Amino acid sequence: MQQIFNFIFKNSYRLLFLLLLGTSLILTIQSHSYHRSKIISSANFLTGGVYERINSISEYLNLKTQNEELALENARLKSIIFNSKDTTSLPKIDTIRGVSKANIIVSKVIHNSYSSYENYLTINSGEAAGVKSDMGVINSAGIIGIVDKTSKNYATVISILNVKSQINAKIKKSNHFGSLVWNGKSTGFVQLIDVPRLASVRKGDTIVTGGQSVIFPENIGIGTINNIFIDNKTNYYTLNIKLFNDMTSLGHVYIIKSKDSEEIKNLEKKENE
Amino acid sequence: MNSAILVNLARFILLLAAQVLIFNNMNFLGYINPYPYLLFIILYPVNGNKYGLLLSSFLLGIILDMFCNSGGVHAASCLALAYYRPYIFKFSFGLSYEYQTVRLNDILTPERFSFILFSVVLHHFSLFLLEVFRLNFLWEIILKTILSTVFTIIICIIIIYIIKPSKR
Repeated sequence: MQQIFNFIFKNSYRLLFLLLLGTSLILTIQSHSYHRSKIISSANFLTGGVYERINSISEYLNLKTQNEELALENARLKSIIFNSKDTTSLPKIDTIRGVSKANIIVSKVIHNSYSSYENYLTINSGEAAGVKSDMGVINSAGIIGIVDKTSKNYATVISILNVKSQINAKIKKSNHFGSLVWNGKSTGFVQLIDVPRLASVRKGDTIVTGGQSVIFPENIGIGTINNIFIDNKTNYYTLNIKLFNDMTSLGHVYIIKSKDSEEIKNLEKKENE
Repeated sequence: MNSAILVNLARFILLLAAQVLIFNNMNFLGYINPYPYLLFIILYPVNGNKYGLLLSSFLLGIILDMFCNSGGVHAASCLALAYYRPYIFKFSFGLSYEYQTVRLNDILTPERFSFILFSVVLHHFSLFLLEVFRLNFLWEIILKTILSTVFTIIICIIIIYIIKPSKR
């Protein structure tokens, strides 16, 4: 017993170092696995609050571009309404049962990172607004990512610029599916892998979200094909896609609350049992 | 003694705030960020409490990790730097560094520069290695380490010159 105490006293500095290093390494390893620890994320009270403050200042600097984006989106939506055949018979919003299959929560990006290989955004709405893990996040131009961790008033989002993210997507013209991943190189481009060789792909074709995902509704814009490669190992196409979104400057975003996702997940769970 | 604690506490908060508010948003060339917050560990008194250094650098790293959503990478690399700091001192200033009063925030001599250089390289390499965590990106890690090191050292030296005590 005495010797154990002696050992601890003699090596206390080294032991403290190893203890702290072990803690931080465990946190690091957890952060690289898909199910990350909840404690060390910017969706907590302290960090979320600080980012919100910073953002409220920096917001003023790009109000103009934000306004332009909103005006553009308004114009687009208006044109859809005006071009519909009968403007009087627009679907009425049913206030009891919601708008449609997907509900939308408006939120704002208060912190954006794009310089690392695993990028996360922080947004300023959380559980209190109904945000839960695994909801899709988009903006007027296209998809942004998937909600990761939530707290009461904040949530973190796995950006599509994250080497861990993998989203089902398809070529709009031919409905061929593939997986959307990021190779960590450029913030303007992502890759669509595992596209079958049968698919006819051409530079400039539009890529949209596929119907296999329960997170995103079908046909949300992602980008256009910029380059076409053939993977030597698997003989599938790998497409380099230029994003519609500028991921380095994001403002207001929409969180998609899919009503069917619970049901589909439950069904799939039952199927597996 | 009390003033030393206060100075370190102020440094801790100011460097952390500067890192989160300014330096994390630089994104020079798209992905290069300087990390001058490690000045806290570099400038910690040579004869100060080593347990205090270890604990405070862990705290510094873990708070920054919360802001960066990066798990424990900053904490781990800060700890590595804090633990190996005496060895780097010994390497840069010679064996008897503890008996001389080493003052880092002063005119830049080759010894001081080599100390800052080795500290920053150690910290950045472990940081990017843990942050990327994939060995097939090794060249990117090394490139990122070199570029960020240059950037960090420039900013560290500027900060040291700015906060240098005027009367000496």
